[in-house]
Amino acid sequence: MLRELWNDAEGGFHPASAPDFLPQTALREVQLRRLRAVVARAYEHVELFRSRLDERGITPDAIQRLEDIQRLPFTVKTDLRDTYPFGLFASPMSDVVRLHASSGTTGKPIVVAYTREDVEVWSEVMARTFAACGMHRGDILQNAFGYGLFTGGLGAHYGGEALGATVIPISGGNTDRQIMLIRDFQVTALCCTPSYFTYMVERARELGVDLRELPLKIGIFGAEPWTDGMRKHIEAEAGIKAYDIYGLSEITGPGVASECCAQEGLHIFEDHFYPEIIDPETGEALPDGEEGELVLTTLSKKAMPMIRYRTRDITSIITEPCSCGRTIRRMRRIGRRSDDMFIIRGVNVFPSQIEAALLRVEGTLPHYQIILTRSHGLDQIAVEIEVTPEVFSDKIRGLEEVRKRLAQAIEHIIGIRVELRLVEPRTIARSEGKAKRVIDRRNEGS
Amino acid sequence: MKLQQLSLFLENRPGRLEAPLTAIANEDINILTLSLADTAQFGILRLIVKEWETAKRVLEQAGWVVNLTEVVAVDVLDRPGGLAAALKILEDAGLNVEYMYAFSLRRGDKAILIFRFEDPDRAIEVLLDKQLHVVSAEELMSFVP
Ligand SMILES: [Zn+2]
Repeated sequence: MLRELWNDAEGGFHPASAPDFLPQTALREVQLRRLRAVVARAYEHVELFRSRLDERGITPDAIQRLEDIQRLPFTVKTDLRDTYPFGLFASPMSDVVRLHASSGTTGKPIVVAYTREDVEVWSEVMARTFAACGMHRGDILQNAFGYGLFTGGLGAHYGGEALGATVIPISGGNTDRQIMLIRDFQVTALCCTPSYFTYMVERARELGVDLRELPLKIGIFGAEPWTDGMRKHIEAEAGIKAYDIYGLSEITGPGVASECCAQEGLHIFEDHFYPEIIDPETGEALPDGEEGELVLTTLSKKAMPMIRYRTRDITSIITEPCSCGRTIRRMRRIGRRSDDMFIIRGVNVFPSQIEAALLRVEGTLPHYQIILTRSHGLDQIAVEIEVTPEVFSDKIRGLEEVRKRLAQAIEHIIGIRVELRLVEPRTIARSEGKAKRVIDRRNEGS
Repeated sequence: MKLQQLSLFLENRPGRLEAPLTAIANEDINILTLSLADTAQFGILRLIVKEWETAKRVLEQAGWVVNLTEVVAVDVLDRPGGLAAALKILEDAGLNVEYMYAFSLRRGDKAILIFRFEDPDRAIEVLLDKQLHVVSAEELMSFVP
């Protein structure tokens, strides 16, 4: 029966997806075996990890059941900075076939390493990602994730090839050429950040290209949080199904979790990445279903195992079976990242709250930017929004009303007065990677 | 009898007017008239041009948000009282004017008033009924070199 499921026929599943359908008991056995191995490996080769276990007076043998993982210390982003560049490697450099690095916002980047086996696992989970999003051998995948030190480009590239798709390694940028190739190469699937695709849709419209009339049917988006409103907009404007995928360089890059055809949560490839949800304040593990911070452990990573890595992403685990038949658990889409939060006049604000307000007024999500400044010791928040054809009016009064409605919607949610500025299209910087939503100028000058 | 007016969004910063006007001048599009309405933060540039379809496409491709609105042109004698008389007729008929602007033609003694009505079709009926001269697009464009 399962074998039939795995048939790579129309509507069937790619053989690589087999682990997605493992019976729960078999899955837990695989996880425990791999967890014990990875903890032993990290203990043997990573000094920081070994010293932390020694301090607690525990050895890798402490892991007898999966729940014992809670006895292990967390790994945090600053651990990667403190041990820059190679301090967390568990393999000699002669076994490392690839390095990637993420751009830290300040100072040194975060370095991650892969052995040949790690690259193979990464390709496998990305192939499973594409398969879950309905792709097959024969699909033509335009990979507009950035190639280079960023993990997005090469991760998707190897995964696409592992699936048997035809990969176009276009990388990010040069939007007019992106649109030309989507049309000329009859591209059926595309991956990039959701904000970059929103820009592509906008540019296609300017060029008079109707994406809905092209063979493009599947969009795979990740590397930044995005909303359901943005999804509806993208799906309607481009005539595609838009899927959310999740990953982070510290764990492997893209390929940690992916939506399936049901689009109701992201399946975590938990045979390789063990998920926990914790209370971000106390560090206590929370039961499935409760919202908290996602903590991930790489069960099969060789070059750079991450044990209980705190992602700063807020979500919850869904245990109910999924209509697609996959047995691996799902997590809810990540709407907010504790990193993105900013505090203004003592109030915690997430960009997603502002997005929700903008969506309610405009129906679609415009390009926007949040600018924080300080004037006479008081924090000020301004939101700049690019004018779209949907809200533009030839009447001053019409535009003033839009401005007022947008400002009120935001004020209603965050409870602080905002200055709302309408700006010309394409004046807010577009990044081909992640959108920079918050500009904090509070500590500049004066 | 209605005219197509293009409106585009501009931020209220020095020099913002130049770029869109250059973009359409490069396409040899003749601007019959333009008007700029602004607030402290933004402005709306309204244009009446002969080749409005081309102008709209050129501006949109260059990234501006362009809106197409139907407006009505009326000509009056270009002397004191000409405008006031026309406005009186509109007011008496209870026609709702969203905004208006005026310009003089280089030749002749006529001034052209451009009106943005809430209901342009009803406005045209009233204007014709009151013996005002509603200027058609063809007529107006004949003044463009
Ligand atoms: Zn599913």
